[in-house]
Amino acid sequence: MLDNTDRRILRHLQSDPEQSVADLAQASRVPLATCYKRLERLQSSGVLKGSHAVIDWRAIGYEVLVSLRISLDKTNPRAFDEFIEAAREVAEVTEIQTFLGRVDLRLSVIARSMSHYQEIYRTRILSLPHMADIEALMHVSQIKQSEALPI
Amino acid sequence: MIDLDDLDRALLRALQGDATLKAAELGRRIGLSQPSTWRRMKRLGDAGVLVGRRLDLDLEKLGFGVTVFLGVKLATKGRVSLEDFERAVTAIPEVQTVEHVLGLYDYRLRVVARDLSDFERVLRRRVMTLPGVGNVEANVLLTEERRPGPLG
Repeated sequence: MLDNTDRRILRHLQSDPEQSVADLAQASRVPLATCYKRLERLQSSGVLKGSHAVIDWRAIGYEVLVSLRISLDKTNPRAFDEFIEAAREVAEVTEIQTFLGRVDLRLSVIARSMSHYQEIYRTRILSLPHMADIEALMHVSQIKQSEALPI
Repeated sequence: MIDLDDLDRALLRALQGDATLKAAELGRRIGLSQPSTWRRMKRLGDAGVLVGRRLDLDLEKLGFGVTVFLGVKLATKGRVSLEDFERAVTAIPEVQTVEHVLGLYDYRLRVVARDLSDFERVLRRRVMTLPGVGNVEANVLLTEERRPGPLG
């Protein structure tokens, strides 16, 4: 189980994943050797699985971000699997989430412009299998995006 | 905005999987020398394409059993400023992301909690008391998959 030292290290690492272990140890007020040991344990126990680069799609010309909330035809037992498989083939889909609630699935779709989005929507999205209903939320701005956990 | 070639895209794809890769190892994977890989990484950083990294943490092991997405509709548009709502919602530790959206809802929140009763506490005490909050829809996250996007 995690103790307070583990939590402190994770909290500081989360706020700046690129810092060196030396800086992390200092910020977390633990000796360097302890910090290394704790990080290793967090990794081997699978708590800390790694890290991924965050890409700003706008910087490479993808100005439009749309959240598509989708309900599926649940009378077909293969609906989820077949839908997700097909959605993976759409290059502009950056996230696929499934839910328990009013909607079954959500796709994040990026596009270069509204006309580009229109084209993706008509040719790639509307042809996805087993859709019963689809709703779009147009992304205006990101107010908070740290995804930091309250550890 | 900058244009990418195939090597840039391969480099970004690799870093999307593992942000800790160094220029030498990255270069080996995409068939470039260490210095030219480093130059490309620097260019992508300077152009604002690579904007940092995020930890991949096991939520279950950290005790966060549920993730819920909330669609929030503001009740009193015009009377409550968006800034007041945004400031208050950003300050809630359990709220991981806040997006301003157009459509059925005004805001989309990603919320983590220990379990469903903890989520209910966050919802009642923190979210429903936000200035101007109106209709709230909750969807519990079951699975999540991040895709590489148009880098193929």
